[in-house]
Amino acid sequence: MKVSKSIYLFFIPGLILYSIFFLYPTLSAFFYSFTNWDGISDAFNFIGFDNYVRAFTGDTIFLTAVENNLKFMLFVVIFQTLFALVFAIFLVKNTKLNVFWRALFFFPTILSSVSVAFIWMFMYDANIGLINTVFGAVGLGFLQQNWIGDTSIAIYSLAFTQVWFHAGQMLIIFVAGLHSIPEDLYEVAKIEGATKWQTFRKVTWPLLAPSATIVIAYTTIQSFKAFDLVFAMTRGGPNYSTEIIATYIYEIAFRNYNFGYASAISVIFMFIIALITFLQFKALRSNRVSY
Amino acid sequence: MGRRIAIGIYAVLILLPLTMVLLTSVKTLEQTFNNPLGIPIDEGLTFANYVNIFREETMFGYFINSSVVTLSSVSLTLLLSCMIAYGIVRLGNWLGNILFVLFTLGMMVPAQVSMVPLYDLILTLGLTNSLLGLILVNIAVTMPVAVFILTGFMKTLPKELFEASTIDGATNWTTFVRIVIPLSLPSISATAIFLFVMHWNDLLYPLLFVTDNAYKTLPLALLDFQGQYETNYPMLFTGVIIASLPMVLAYVLLQRYFVAGMTAGSVKG
Repeated sequence: MKVSKSIYLFFIPGLILYSIFFLYPTLSAFFYSFTNWDGISDAFNFIGFDNYVRAFTGDTIFLTAVENNLKFMLFVVIFQTLFALVFAIFLVKNTKLNVFWRALFFFPTILSSVSVAFIWMFMYDANIGLINTVFGAVGLGFLQQNWIGDTSIAIYSLAFTQVWFHAGQMLIIFVAGLHSIPEDLYEVAKIEGATKWQTFRKVTWPLLAPSATIVIAYTTIQSFKAFDLVFAMTRGGPNYSTEIIATYIYEIAFRNYNFGYASAISVIFMFIIALITFLQFKALRSNRVSY
Repeated sequence: MGRRIAIGIYAVLILLPLTMVLLTSVKTLEQTFNNPLGIPIDEGLTFANYVNIFREETMFGYFINSSVVTLSSVSLTLLLSCMIAYGIVRLGNWLGNILFVLFTLGMMVPAQVSMVPLYDLILTLGLTNSLLGLILVNIAVTMPVAVFILTGFMKTLPKELFEASTIDGATNWTTFVRIVIPLSLPSISATAIFLFVMHWNDLLYPLLFVTDNAYKTLPLALLDFQGQYETNYPMLFTGVIIASLPMVLAYVLLQRYFVAGMTAGSVKG
């Protein structure tokens, strides 16, 4: 049956807004990345690939930011996924108590990044923070650290905060995934005398692959986009030890007024994310089975 | 047994920081520095921080700005995204597929990629220091994930419904309003909650476009408190509580929908 032409009108308002405020700026990031525009003056020159060359050869801070971002991502992806998976298995049954626990663990997700940043700045505070105070009180003073002031551990302290922030959300996705596994597979495994580990290895894990794909892909993207949290907690400091790509783009653009260079880094950023997403989907797809 | 201990530890890990926020907000700065974890039993708790924050800061203003931006962004994103999703499903051909890809492409691109040109655009349009600027950008940025979720849902609606409605002489708009919207309510409400959380908590765009206190939203105002009160945690946490209150209340009341909405949205990426 033919649809009336008026259906095209349904796209118009959305398309206009989307083009002006999303497509246009995203595409012009490519354009500006080949210029030396400072963001203020009207004039700028085309400088070819100079910005890109500079990023990879002449800018150690950018490389540090990439490295920090990878550290942050690995920590978050590994620990958040494991954590969420283990607790999803613990809380899989829909009992009243389990539903309550899931709701509690999910809670941080609804807070703003700025709020979470403040909470953890207090927890990590070297002098009055809860962590150091507790270590001091129980005679574990040697474990006290300047959690977000020490350049060698700050990025991991931020990554831990990110896990605290979002693990509950991933837990829920895993619970949904576990619920979609047919009960009789477990019964068969039981009859066959499979151990708990074998059941997990042969039944749960392979059938959980779609949820795992979603969790890992989402967590990865999330850890690259953790701008709000990092910006509010450390602004990339101390001494660039928590600078990630997103905060670095902000710094180059709005502190150093080098819009051309910031755009080039943005484009690189986009490609890094596209590449990682692509590789993950490929790796996790090949893992899929169905019974 | 091990399972119970693990759950207990996780619960403490979540509850302890939250308890500290509540407790610190009813202590003085001096009490916080002298005994950060203690409860000042002799001196009693104080609500001075709550009074002071409203006295020193235009909290009501921030609150209203956040509410206006969030409510407008959520409702307009939903309306426009529903229209697009319906359009895509009704077209059901190659053009519909292309439009679906075009609109959902945005899910792959992190907001930070376009922040530089976007800032320039907002400046050129004279939309800095305005709530309208924030709303327009919010709509464009969250439209991809909304279109993604809503199209997925509307595809499951039986095609015969649209056709029967057309035979009865209904226009596309009437079919959309009378049939598609009511039937899509579960998916719309899930998307709405996801958008609510995102827009209420957003920091990046206010940070980029707003410098005037009169247009600041709560997250940006909170961030500024940090510059102003530094490590005055009692004040910072009072701010945190006030800024989080609407979300926390909504979460307690609509918990089931929140979980559904936030996981529907997490398919993003």
